[in-house]
Parts: sequence; C-alpha cells; structure tokens
Amino acid sequence: MFSGFPVFKKELGAFFLSPIAYVVMTIFLVLSGYFFYSTLAYYSLISLQAIQNPYMVSGLNLTTGLISPFFGNIAVITMLIIPMLTMRLFAEEKKNGTIELLFTYPLRDIEILLGKFFAAMVVYLIPVAITLAYIAFVGTITDLAVGPILAGYLGLVLMGAAFIALGVLISSTTENQIIAVITTFGLLLLLWVVGWAANFTSPLLGKILNELSLVRHFESFSKGVINIKDVVFYLSFIFFCLFVTGRILESKRWRG
Amino acid sequence: MIEIQNLTKHFGHIKAVENISFTVNKGEILGFLGPNGAGKTTTMRVLTGYFPPTKGKVRVAGYDITETPMDVKKRIGYLPENVSLYTDMRVRDYLKFVGQVKKIKKRSLKGNIADAIEHCGLESVQNRIIGKLSKGYRQRVGLAQALLHDPEVLILDEPTVGLDPKQIVDIRKLIKDLGGERTVILSTHILPEVQMICERVIIINEGKIAAIDTPDNLNRQLSKQMTLSMEVEGDPQKVIAALENIDGVIDVKQRAKKKGKIKGYEITTKLEKDVRGELARAIFENQLGLYELKTVEMTLEDIFLKLVTQEEAHHV
Repeated sequence: MFSGFPVFKKELGAFFLSPIAYVVMTIFLVLSGYFFYSTLAYYSLISLQAIQNPYMVSGLNLTTGLISPFFGNIAVITMLIIPMLTMRLFAEEKKNGTIELLFTYPLRDIEILLGKFFAAMVVYLIPVAITLAYIAFVGTITDLAVGPILAGYLGLVLMGAAFIALGVLISSTTENQIIAVITTFGLLLLLWVVGWAANFTSPLLGKILNELSLVRHFESFSKGVINIKDVVFYLSFIFFCLFVTGRILESKRWRG
Repeated sequence: MIEIQNLTKHFGHIKAVENISFTVNKGEILGFLGPNGAGKTTTMRVLTGYFPPTKGKVRVAGYDITETPMDVKKRIGYLPENVSLYTDMRVRDYLKFVGQVKKIKKRSLKGNIADAIEHCGLESVQNRIIGKLSKGYRQRVGLAQALLHDPEVLILDEPTVGLDPKQIVDIRKLIKDLGGERTVILSTHILPEVQMICERVIIINEGKIAAIDTPDNLNRQLSKQMTLSMEVEGDPQKVIAALENIDGVIDVKQRAKKKGKIKGYEITTKLEKDVRGELARAIFENQLGLYELKTVEMTLEDIFLKLVTQEEAHHV
C-alpha cells in the first residue's frame, strides 16, 4: 500500500468533516448548472433562427455550440474554486502545529504531499464528474460526439490538477489561509491572462507568454483535440509545483 | 540506545544547542531539565527527526537520524510540548490514522489502539471529537498516539503541563511503568517530577549541558555545604556563641523570631564533616534545651538555580 494513503484518507475526511467540501461542490454545481442551462438555451435559440436563415447552419454543431463553451465556463469556475480547496492543506497544519507530529512520523515528505494533493483532486473531481449528467441529459435528446467530450474531461482533469499543484505550493509557503487563497487565486488569474500581453510584445516574448498561459493549453481540449504538447505542459507544470513544494517543506525544516 | 555526539543546532544566528553529547541506555528514564529557551525542545526535535542537526551525530538504536531517518522514526514515540491534534477527528479515528501512518500491521492495529486507550484512560472519550475534549484529555490522546506503535524510545516534552493533580500523578505513574522496557526521555521544569521519575538528569542551560548525573548524586555533589535546622530553648546569643565555635560550622543564623523560649536556627556546615553530635553536645554542655536537630536537604530547585547562576557568573 502507498504509505501516503492514510494521509490521503485523513485529508479527504477533513474536507468532508468540515463543510468545505459540501460548500465547494454545491457552488461548483450551481454555477456550472446555470452556465450549462444558459449555453443550451442560447444554442437552441440560434438553432431556431438557423431554420429561417440557412446561411447560419454551416458550422453549427453541438460540439462548437454547446460542449466547447461549456468546458470554457467550467474552467473559469475551477479557477475560482480550487484556491479554496487547497488553501488549508499545509497552512492549517502549520498554524495549528499539527505538522510537527506529522513530520515525526515515518513518512516521507513526498507521501504527505501526494496524499494531500490527491485528496484535493478527489474533492474537485466529484462535482466535475457530476457535470457528466448534464451532457448525458442532452445525449438523451440528440446524438453527441463522444470523442470531444472525453477530450474535454481529460483537459479538466489535467488543468484542475495543475491548479491544485499550484495551490498546494502556495499553501506550503504560509500558515495563513487567507494569504494562501488570495495568492493562489491571483497567480492563477495572472497565468490565465498572461497570454493577452503576447500581442503587444516582441514575437519571442509573446510566444513564451502564450505558452505559459494555463488556459491556452486548455483551449484545444475544450475543442475536442488532445494535443501531446498540452498534456506535457500540464504534467510538467504539476511536477514542477510539487517538486518545489517538496523543497520548501524540506527547507522549512532546516530553518526550523 | 540513544547516542548524541557533539550535537549543534543553529537557527540562523541563534545558537539553540551547542555541542551537546550524551548517551541514554536501554530502559533508562532520563530527565531533561532547564529554563525556558535552554534548548530542551530543540534537542528533542532533532532526536525525533523533525529537523536535522546543524552538526553532530544522533543515533537511535544504532540508526543515524540523518542517514536513515525512517528507521529512527519508526522506533520513536513523541509527545510534543503543545500537543496539537486534528481537532475535527474523533479520538478513535485519530488513533487509527496514526497507527496507519506509523505502519502498524492491520492485524495488530485494533489491539494496539485498545491498549493505548486503556493505558491512557481514554475509554470514556474514545468516540468524542478531539476539539471538544479538555486539555487533560487531549494530553492523554497525545500520549496515546506516542505509545501506539509500542516504540522502543519515548520522547515526552513536558508531559504533565496543564494537567490536574490527579492526572499528573497518573501520568507520572504511567511513565514510570513504561521505563524498564522502553527508553524514556522527558523534559520538564518541575523539579520534584525529575526526582520522582528519572534515573538520570541532564541539566541544560543556554544550549549547553550544565550537569549530567543521578538526582541523588547531583544533590550530593553540588551541595558542598550541609544545612542543618535546630530548635533550641535558651538565650539566642548564648546559643549562637556555643555553636559557632565548633570546628566545621560555617555559619549560624537565627531564623525569623518565634514566640516563646524555643528559637529556630539554621546552621551551615561543611559537608565532609558531620557535626550533628558535636552540636548536640555543645547545647547540652551549655545547659540549653535541644528540641529539634535535622538536616535540610537541598532540593533540585536550589541546585538548578545554583548551576544556572554559576554559569552566568562564568559568562560575566
């Protein structure tokens, strides 16, 4: 058994023992439900108009008209929600002093780290999985292309994991949860919009900024395209964040 | 069981512990004594693997703390100074979590939890949420998690702080019972505690070891003078004159005025010469009445203060 598993279970329990998990999941589902409803309503309005105007029909399909915008919306909600999931992971333990005992147990830092990371992942993935019901609902009325939907969900998993990894990193640097949440949110937003400046800077810098953007790599997923480049980007982002977190935990111990 | 060689721990410019060396034998209960900020907690944290030493070697059961931390951590049960537990969890669930983290086999986990709960008197609260427990019970939960995997070494940082007198007696008894099979290091600034429980004492001050010995030896070594207390009937001036001339007596002081004819005196003598017989004879020969003669033992408190102030005098 993976030695971090008890830590994972404990963290997951902590999410559900406090109201955090329920509040986060409810807000996620209310918002995503509303977005889905409005996107669907808009799509059916456009479809009605398209019946009268044959020129509009070209390029109109469920993937571009409904699924792709919906994934874009979920990405925004994810950015809002994840800092609140990750803020307590290390900050709370440091504030309460429970980290002292945790560090004296026969556990490697990496096991503690991964246990916490995956607990947050599960709390994030539960409502994401529930949104499948919305799409299944549409699927009962009409035929849907399954490929793009799977690609979109893979994108959500990877992007969410990257957000959580950043949140874990920030949480390990402070013992104040407010600081953790606002810093994580600020950084996520910055990494989201960093591509906007690309148009105004030199081509090289523009390219770098574009590639750094967390959301740009999600765009192709939401369109139903799995690009190896994007997968590698997210995986290396996750690895980088968790690696730095490990180093921070270690250095904190050296410095006391 | 535990060997510490030239242990040094710095935090930036602050020298928390300077060049400490000592060993603890298997089954021994060692007391760690010192004022606040002396380096007790730092030393203990290094021992538990919470942070590595700046310099020096620490070995527990033959395993080096920096080279094989997992092997050391498996053998140690630690009760930190401010016991911080997961306040959302129930006592039993918490112990189960600790057991899993400490890699106790699934088969024996239940038994271990039951033993720890029984040892620490937690039966009545085992299904309560830790955050709702009183300080005394939390301390016991802390102790239970330290004992859970039946460790060879127990490190207890001020285990009796914040407990009521009955609980203190219970915990002390528990610690005493634990010694023998297990090696125990405990820190405290309650001196009678050390005298009661510990087989050996380390007095630590400003990050350095001021003394290592048994409580009794410390008493003997450090009190080069002996203090006697007497109650004598008669004229105080006559008494003092009679006692002062005896060889070996350093000082005679009359204690705060007491009503009546019987007065109290405090006599300081050289340790190597027992003058109690001569004192009694002198009283007798001067036709005074002897009502009491007893030795006043120096408490560890006195020794402690003496050591610490001696150290300071050296520094100045």
